[in-house]
Amino acid sequence: MTTIILNGESKKISSDTTIEQLLLGLGLENKRLAVEVNQDIIPRSHFVSHTLTELDQVEIVQAIGGG
Amino acid sequence: MSEKNLDNPLIIAGTTYTSRLLVGTGKYKDNEETRLALEASGAEIITIAIRRTNIGQNPDEPNLLDALPLDKYTLLPNTAGCYNVDDAVRTCKLARELLGGHKLVKLEVLGDEKTLFPDAIQTLKAAQILVDDGFDVMVYTNDDPLIAKELENIGCVAVMPLAAPIGSGLGIRNPYNILTIIENANVPILVDAGVGTASDAAIAMELGCDGILMNTAIAAAQQPVLMASAMRKAIEGGREAFIAGRMPKKRFASASSPIEGTFF
Repeated sequence: MTTIILNGESKKISSDTTIEQLLLGLGLENKRLAVEVNQDIIPRSHFVSHTLTELDQVEIVQAIGGG
Repeated sequence: MSEKNLDNPLIIAGTTYTSRLLVGTGKYKDNEETRLALEASGAEIITIAIRRTNIGQNPDEPNLLDALPLDKYTLLPNTAGCYNVDDAVRTCKLARELLGGHKLVKLEVLGDEKTLFPDAIQTLKAAQILVDDGFDVMVYTNDDPLIAKELENIGCVAVMPLAAPIGSGLGIRNPYNILTIIENANVPILVDAGVGTASDAAIAMELGCDGILMNTAIAAAQQPVLMASAMRKAIEGGREAFIAGRMPKKRFASASSPIEGTFF
């Protein structure tokens, strides 16, 4: 198992989980969102290949109403 | 119509807009009310915020972007809630990724939670970084003409001084500073924040502002959709009055009917 910090909260995932697999597990595949790992933006085209490692800080963000 | 009567269009970062009202999408009851208010406002540019996705909650929860007819609008992601350069720049980069390479952003770097006044020093720094990185920056600032000019010099595509604190609805508190900023500018000047009702919007436009960005004045009205329509008209009216050129003020009366030809 690997522990990541997902949107500020610790979460256990299987080892070698890719971002695509993480999103799939969260029901967020094909949603309009952007992903950062350790403050680096991961382009959508890299979701399938980017593997998460121990204590990665993952941020998943989206657009919401704002002024 | 003579040439003099014609208005120049609003051009921001090379794109021409018909509407001079830009609206925020925050504080509405739901996505449907947001959609209806935007439609009534006639706005072509709408702001959005970037926030964490709720993890573990209903993933099918309607997303704002899915609820709006995006082909109608230019999205303007903001950096609301950012109090330093790094957070603001990071937010803009995430927005660019989220929106598929989108360059237009609204930069705000706040300095104080009570007033939400912009931090001019950090705003200048963040603006420089974003412009250098290829962003088209519409920047929220205070009503200081010197800072406004400096933001233009950095390369911001529009400068947006506040009329009053964000969400306060206090109206145009310093019309002379806004006027000075407009007179100095070679980029569009939009009043951003502080407008409370239609007359405030008209006053700002009569000063010669190129447009107004507002959110709370519409969203917090008793009837947001109706207020959106009122704001649209006030901005059109104020703009036409500015182009028309108002009459000089006089202390005493001046009869509108001729004195000659009276029979009494």
